[in-house]
Amino acid sequence: MKLFRIRGGVHPDDRKQLSAERAIENLPLPPLLHIPLQQHIGHPAEPLVKRGQLVRKGELLARSQGMISAPVHAPTSGRIMGIGGYPAHHASGLSVRTITLHPDGYEEWHDDCEEMDDPFSLSPEQIARRVAESGIVGMGGATFPSAVKLNLRKRYQLDTLVINGAECEPYLTCDDRLMRERSEHVRDGVRLMAKSLGVERILFGIENNKPQAQRAMREAAADYPEFHVVGLPTRYPMGSEKHLVQTLVGKETPARGLTADIGVVVHNVATATAVFDALKFGRPLISRVVTVSGGAVKNPCNLHVPIGTPLEHLVEYCGGFVDLPDRLISGGPMMGQPLPSLRVPVVKGSNGLLGLTLEETQRRDEMPCIRCASCVSACPCGLTPLSMAAFIRVGSLEPSVELGLLDCIGCGSCAYVCPSHIPLVQYFNYAKGELTARQRAQHKQGETKRLAEARTARMEAIKKAKREAMAKRKREMEAKKAAEAGAAEQTKQEEAEA
Amino acid sequence: MIDAPLIGAPYAHQKVSVNRTMVLVMLALTPATLLGLYQFGWPAIFLFVITIAACLIFEAFSLQVMGKPKKVFLMDGSAILTGWLLAMTLPPWAPWWIGVVGAFLAIIIGKQVFGGIGQNPFNPAMVARVALLISFPLEMTLYTSPQPLFSADAPGVLEGLAITFGGGALAIDAVTSATPLGHLKTELSRGLEVQHALGSTDSVGQLALGTASGSLGEISALLLLAGGLVLIGLRIITWHIPVAMLGTLALLASIFHLMAPESYAGPLFHLLSGAAILGAFFIATDLVTSPVSVTGQLIFGAGCGLLVFVIRTFAGYPEGVAFAVLLMNACTPLIDYYFKPRIYGRDRKGQPLQYGDEGGEA
Repeated sequence: MKLFRIRGGVHPDDRKQLSAERAIENLPLPPLLHIPLQQHIGHPAEPLVKRGQLVRKGELLARSQGMISAPVHAPTSGRIMGIGGYPAHHASGLSVRTITLHPDGYEEWHDDCEEMDDPFSLSPEQIARRVAESGIVGMGGATFPSAVKLNLRKRYQLDTLVINGAECEPYLTCDDRLMRERSEHVRDGVRLMAKSLGVERILFGIENNKPQAQRAMREAAADYPEFHVVGLPTRYPMGSEKHLVQTLVGKETPARGLTADIGVVVHNVATATAVFDALKFGRPLISRVVTVSGGAVKNPCNLHVPIGTPLEHLVEYCGGFVDLPDRLISGGPMMGQPLPSLRVPVVKGSNGLLGLTLEETQRRDEMPCIRCASCVSACPCGLTPLSMAAFIRVGSLEPSVELGLLDCIGCGSCAYVCPSHIPLVQYFNYAKGELTARQRAQHKQGETKRLAEARTARMEAIKKAKREAMAKRKREMEAKKAAEAGAAEQTKQEEAEA
Repeated sequence: MIDAPLIGAPYAHQKVSVNRTMVLVMLALTPATLLGLYQFGWPAIFLFVITIAACLIFEAFSLQVMGKPKKVFLMDGSAILTGWLLAMTLPPWAPWWIGVVGAFLAIIIGKQVFGGIGQNPFNPAMVARVALLISFPLEMTLYTSPQPLFSADAPGVLEGLAITFGGGALAIDAVTSATPLGHLKTELSRGLEVQHALGSTDSVGQLALGTASGSLGEISALLLLAGGLVLIGLRIITWHIPVAMLGTLALLASIFHLMAPESYAGPLFHLLSGAAILGAFFIATDLVTSPVSVTGQLIFGAGCGLLVFVIRTFAGYPEGVAFAVLLMNACTPLIDYYFKPRIYGRDRKGQPLQYGDEGGEA
């Protein structure tokens, strides 16, 4: 198949060999599971269980709220210990609403989790509904509710489903293992999503550094002519949704738009597996595969982990740290998040847990920019990171927006190549956050003003109505008085006459 | 548990640093420099060392005044490289104070007053060279013929010291000789034709190998070219500026040479003489003062080539690389402003791409 070139990109040392040959292992149940209600983009789920309640594996714990949200299910059977604040799987370590579950060890499935003979007999609507009910979100890290993407067929003319098997982040091998070990399940999950989307063409992109996964998927897909497994050049950020689509179909997604604008929807390998499990076995998304790796980890491996497992259990299972890690990261080293501690739980979007040594991070003090333009040639989005950062540094955010700040995908290629070790992405993330905050403040100000004005108008209206009512009453009174006076006069006259 | 500051991804980094960039540029300059030092002997070596040392001292002084950490910035290699490049553009037998004044102009006036590394709009070495040339025309245009170290006529260490600290080539009765470009300019102004003018001066072969007279950096176009190609190979610089600059220079020289061979020298002479190669690979490509986009770099390079040709051919100075680079440096912010890369998903004007009407298929 003809591939199209994308701009920029970098070739980081992928270090996948650390865990690529380790088959997926099941992590034993921890003593406590901490299941956050917000594991996805959108509104947090609303809890349906109470403290002390017994739940079974796969039972609904919290339902989705609003258009963009996802429900949360019990990863195993056990007793609900409470619903309260617990440190989030986030750099801030702020506490979020979390359900704590004490596993009873019986692993008893809920009655709703029934196997289905032929999930392909379901209609597109039914597939999308079940995906939504199963709490499936984008498992490549973005955690966007998958059903919302499956329902894009209603608003866009779609022709292609692209499956992102690029796994371009260094270290991560969880998708690689899924493609090798569960290739037929992945294939059927993908075909179910294609059916739900109503598209005729499936492009399954896998980077060329995963030849076994390519072979496994090609074999699995051999009988399906609409299913194309495509080898992708190994280059970061090949797994960026928009760049993957451009490589495969040759079209750029319009700025501020969706890939659906050019008729393409992208889903991830792990998501496809979750879709298969949900439709075939009736199992909601309650576990996932996580790569535990990095130079500081004793035995890097790929673990199948119940959602809510504190990260320390993963590290412990892998033999602990051989070295004090310089960084503890959730996700890959290019776009991952630093973790505040190992107490935080695995969530639906956790694809990696990395303990990196200083030699791996190459962390150094920041130097002034020497305008070498390495960042300009590395940027896959055609931006000028050095100028954007220069503006942000002095606090003027609007010029950086004009230079394309909001078109930045935060891939980190610029910061990766910067000889001055300037944390460019940090600048951009700061600016994006600050802009949002300013917009929110401005919106709030506008709303306050609008409400205040509305109140003044309302008060005026009330006053006016009161005045009018008063005037009316006065008139009536006067009329009455006049009438009475008239009547009295008449009576007087009548009396006089009499 | 982890004391690293909380900062956004990536947590992996290419093994690059400012230091490494500067060191690689110096390594690329080394062969040509060594040849130059050999050709011009002890006075050249003294001048080279003095210039670089003076640059470091002025850099340390500035850092002290500004309260910046000295160790980090002195060791970044930028001051050494500036001194190195400046020394390569000076007449090799110039007196010591030329090097020191040059270092002052380069580091203080050219770089630190703007805020130090990365902030200077003009190439510091070229600022110094042009200021010296205008202020001290005599010392800055007195060139000697190469007298290789240990050859019969070459000055020894003591004699070298006398030349460098005594008053340069003027002080002794040195064998002075015009640079090929200077010679050509003089002869053409006397009404001679190019063939005759060049007949008595160095051949193209001498220019390429570095046995003609000139500054350190004008010596051996071939070694400089090799160094430049290494830099491109190591991705320290890209091909755009050198190719655009030398291409434009060669093209213009060819056109004029074909139209009037008796009045205009050919492209090979232009490329190999003077600081064309040094300028194209090491000076115009200065990271700080050149544009960042590919289009911008091509325009910048072409502008340099054009100006070099115009100055050499029509202006009062025989050589124009320094002037050309400085003039184009002044245009860099403008070029950067107008020639940005196209943003993904947007057209050249910055509007989101449009496919058809419905937002569906094209």
